[in-house]
Parts: sequence; structure tokens; C-alpha cells
Amino acid sequence: MQNDNIEKHDMGMNNEAESSIEENFRVISPGRMVAKRFFKSKLSVAGLLMIIFVFLFSFIGPVIVNHTWGYQETQVFKIERISDMVSTADFIAADGRTYTYYDKSQTVVVFKAPPSSEHWLGTDTSGFDILTRLMYGGRISLAISFIVIILETIIGIIFGGLAGYFGKWVDQLIMRVVDTFACLPSIPILLVLSAAISSIESIPAEHRIYYLMASLTLMGWTGVARIVRGQILMLREQEYMMAAETTGISPLNKIFRHLVPNTMPQLIVSATLGLGGVILYESTLSYLGLGVPFPRAAWGSMIALADPSRGQEILANYPNMWVPAGILIVVTVLGFSFIGDGLRDAFDPRMKR
Amino acid sequence: MWRYVIKRVLLALLILLGVSALIYLLSMLMPADYIDNQTSAALANGSMTQDDVNRLKELYGLADKSFGGIIKSYYSWLISTLSGDLGFSFLYGKPVTEVISDYVWLSFLIALISFVLQTVIAIPMGIKAAVRQYGVYDYTVSVFAMIGTALPSFFLSALLMNVLSIKLGLFPLQGLTSATIVFAKDAHLEIFLDKAWHLVLPITVLTVLGVGGTMRFTRTNMLEVLNSDYIRTARAKGLSENTVVYKHAFRNTMIPLITSLSGMLPGLFGGAMITETVFAIPGIGYMALRATQQGDIPFIMGYNMFLAILTVSGMLISDLMYMVVDPRVKLS
Repeated sequence: MQNDNIEKHDMGMNNEAESSIEENFRVISPGRMVAKRFFKSKLSVAGLLMIIFVFLFSFIGPVIVNHTWGYQETQVFKIERISDMVSTADFIAADGRTYTYYDKSQTVVVFKAPPSSEHWLGTDTSGFDILTRLMYGGRISLAISFIVIILETIIGIIFGGLAGYFGKWVDQLIMRVVDTFACLPSIPILLVLSAAISSIESIPAEHRIYYLMASLTLMGWTGVARIVRGQILMLREQEYMMAAETTGISPLNKIFRHLVPNTMPQLIVSATLGLGGVILYESTLSYLGLGVPFPRAAWGSMIALADPSRGQEILANYPNMWVPAGILIVVTVLGFSFIGDGLRDAFDPRMKR
Repeated sequence: MWRYVIKRVLLALLILLGVSALIYLLSMLMPADYIDNQTSAALANGSMTQDDVNRLKELYGLADKSFGGIIKSYYSWLISTLSGDLGFSFLYGKPVTEVISDYVWLSFLIALISFVLQTVIAIPMGIKAAVRQYGVYDYTVSVFAMIGTALPSFFLSALLMNVLSIKLGLFPLQGLTSATIVFAKDAHLEIFLDKAWHLVLPITVLTVLGVGGTMRFTRTNMLEVLNSDYIRTARAKGLSENTVVYKHAFRNTMIPLITSLSGMLPGLFGGAMITETVFAIPGIGYMALRATQQGDIPFIMGYNMFLAILTVSGMLISDLMYMVVDPRVKLS
């Protein structure tokens, strides 16, 4: 992937035989070849479109909403409507006949407004506009997933690079630490960490999200380290590394200049596939009330409104509150896995048979 | 061969030791007054004394946060864990090992049934998708499998509950038994059927979430085998497509399949935290989530150690199975 300049159109133009070869065969750079193979697959294009949609929705959407209606993430709307409650009961009267007794009561509800032209998806149990909340929830999910994946990749490259290059006891030590972290049960440990974080009063609620990112990173860096180490073990035996050796550059230079860049294709694929995983973890934590803290929106906590342990009302009667959030999670995770799969096939043509 | 086995087992033990230290360190992140908060109820009703609370703090390294104190309390925690004593759960009022052994079987049953279902569904689908690579069948099955892996369990559960339990009234919403029906004591069959009825939706959720992974794993490995030279030879011999695919190709695909599926077996005891909680099924995952929310530190640590042991033994089993299943593997 390093050499992107194989295109040599102006070479050998003075020779007729060669120029005819140039006419018949177009030499494409590896980068363009990957792009061409990527866009040939319908699934990867679909994935790309899905992710572009989610990004526009989450980052441009709030701007548009703010511009047209002036809605904010935690703005409360009190929309009065009259809700009818009818309860019935049967009883047998003195004359022996069965009568049905209707009790109709009316209450004024200000929250949980149904979809309307001002609030396309209605408002939720706190009177927040659901569409706006979905957009802000997407922002936070995408931001968390990208930051976590970037941190994981950096940590993984450092440890995997050192283990793969130095081998011997360094490798043994680092890989045993990696094994240990990989064996930690992820969801339970994340729950413990989040519960501990939210119980410490000295951490303000708005900072909790950074601790959340740190704990997600802690649980996920081992995969990157393993990939980098495996690749470097293979690469360091190749001839170009011998050439690098003879130039007498420092080991750190060799690792991070000559070895790590060659592991990039695998890293990009695993990072893309990992983005979806982080979003699922984050939404699970938010669902349990241990992720993004309350007044801020998160897709997971929006679905939590439908939790039947808190009553069936929303689960049964207000799908507008929780179904869109779930669909957005699925679209995002699916989009990232389509792109990841497409990139893997595009980078590694041997898999494409 | 035995040297290899012993080496793997020793490595597994080393990893477990590391995991135990990590889990222990994590529990120390919790502030000490956290235990006070969580045990105040137990203290008030007399099921715990102040001595118990102090011992708890000492055991979990919360009393003395100096380096020496941590090492000392980790050592005593490790010794009692090794002797099989995982402590006393203050939420459930029972020894942790007892809580685990009481609730693990229901979780195992649910996980086992959905494991069998997902294997039976996923493997034939994976084979067929690989044979018709880039065909309509392949695309459809792959997309559905990936949707399955992209679905959060709580969202799929909510969807199924909304449609099948509330709208159509086919299945009960939550719980393991119907609260409205009173069964005679000897109506074992009815009680069994009632429980089975309650488990249909959770099992469906776990199966849908799991099919995707196994299907794609089968497909990838099947594709690799289908492109090898001996398959071309088999086709050249004029064997029927069925013989080539199911007899010659699938046999080699079974090596990685058996290895990875057998590695999943111990994990079946771990419980499905989210799914069990959404459906209020009293399995080990449900109990563990409640314990985590209530800050029941002995149970959390015991449960996490239990899960780590399951994971490590899963790795060990799949390593050893690889050796058993594939005669070509040479051990060094």
C-alpha cells in the first residue's frame, strides 16, 4: 500500500511496441484498485450510504432542526391533549341480569405527544422532541465509537508492535497481558466500571462519558494488539526489512515507519468492524442507565423507555418512542459491518475468488 | 502430546491468575463508602454486623489502600477463592457459590437450546451460501445474518414482545411462570409446558442473535475448502455436486467448526444478562445484573471469576479439540 505511484503513463513513449502496451493495459495504483474493488460490491456501497445517512442525520440534522424550529436536545415541550381512560367491569344486578359498567375519565396529558407536523416523531415521557433526541443520540454514539476505536488502535499498535518486533520475553510478557485482558467478561466488567463511576460523587455527571470511553477502550485494545503482532511477526522476516536493517535506523523507526504502516489494511478493516461493536456496547450500557447520563440523549436509553419492567404502556402504545432508536442502531452497526467486509475483500483480493 | 496439554493448562492457569488480579483491582476502584451504602440495609435489619462489614472491606482491599495492604488482602481473597469460597452475597443472603449453582441451570438450558437451534439453522445456510457465492441466496442469507448480529438484544426483545406478546397475545410477556394460573401440585406436565411457553421468546432472541456468527463462519471456511485443489479433482472425477459439497468439502470445514463450537460450550453456563433481564427470567445473568446494580461486591467478583474460568476453559477446549479433530496438526 505504500507505493501509490505505479501509474507511469509517460514512460517509454519513444518506443512503439511499449506504447501499444500502454494503450492496451492501464496500470492502476493499489489505492485506486482497492477503491474500484470496494465500489464494485453492492453491499459495501449500501453500507457507505447507510453511514453517510447516519452521519448527516446526527451532525447536520440538529443544525437544520435548530434553524427551522429552534429545538434543543433537552428542551421540554408541554403539549396538552386530553387522554380518555375507559375501564369496564361486569356485575350482576339484583334482577339477575349482567350489566357492564363503564367508567370513562379524562385527564390532561402534557407529555408523550403523538407524532405531528411540529414534532415528527412526537415527544417522549419527559416532553423532549424525539427526532431531535435521536440526532443528538447519534452524535454521542458516533463520537464515542470513533474516539474509542482510535484509542484502541493507538494502544494496540504500540503494544502489538513492541511484542511482534522484539519477540522473546517482551512478546511473552505483552501477549500474556493481552490474553488476560481478552479473558475479562466484557459486559459485566463494563457494568461494574460504570456503576463504580456513577457512584463516585467527585466525578461530575458530564465527565462520566470520558470514563465510559476509557473503560470501553480498556476492554477492546487487545484485538488490535493481536492483529499488529501477528502481521509484524510475518513482515519482519521479509527482505525489505533486511534492507531497513542495513541502513542502521533505530528499532522504533523500523517498527513504526516500516512495519506498522504495512499492517494498515488489516487495522482499517478491524477498526471499521469494531465501530459497530462499540456502538452496541455503548447502547447496552445506556439501556441499563449506566452509559450516557440522563438529560443527554442516547439511543440505548431511548429504547429503555420500552422496558416492560417499568410498565407496558410505552412498549405497547408508543412505538414512536423506541422503534426509531433501535432502527438507527441496526442501520449504523450494519453499515459499519458492510463497509468493513467490503474493505477486507477489496484489500485482500485472495479472498475474492 | 501430553507435554503440549500440560503447557496449555499451565498457561490457562497463569491467565486466570492475571484475570483474578485484574478483577480484584477493578473492585478496588469502588469507593469504600459504597459498601457502607449497600450494606446499610443489611446492617439495619440485623442480617449483618459491623464486624462483617469491616471484614468485607478488608477482604476486598477497601480498608487499607496502601500497597502492602492491597497485596495482603488480595492474597487472602485469592486463598479463599482457591478453596472454593467465593464469599457471602449480601443481596441474596447466601454463599455466592450456592447462588451460582442454584441459578446457573436455567441459564444453561436456555443457552443450550438456542445453541443447538442456531447450529442446526446456521450450518446448512452457511454451506448453501458458500456453494452459491454471490448468488441471490448468498446475498439474502448474508444480509439477514448480519442484521441478526447488528440487533441489540434488548431491541429485538422489545420488538418480539410488542408484536407476539401484546398485539397477538401468543406468548407471555415476562417471567418464568404464569402468576394468574394456579396449578395443582402434581400437574408436572402443565407446569413444565407453562415454563416452556415462557422460554420461547428468550430462546428465539438468543438464536436470532447467534445464527449470524456461525453462519458466516461456516460460509468463510466452506469457501476456503471449496477452492482447494482436491475439490477440483473430485469434480473432475465426475462426482455429483452433493457428494463433492457434503462429503468431500464439508468434512474439512468441520475441523474449524467443531473447534470453535466446542470452545463456545463452557460459555453456555454464563447466562445472558440482558435478555434474561428483559424477560425477567431468573437465570444467572439476571441475578448478576441485579447484584451489579445493587453493588453486591462478593457476588460480582465471584460471578466475574466464574465467567473468566468459563472463557479460559473454552479457549483450552478449542485448542485441544483442534488437536483431536485435525490429524495433520503437529504438536511442538
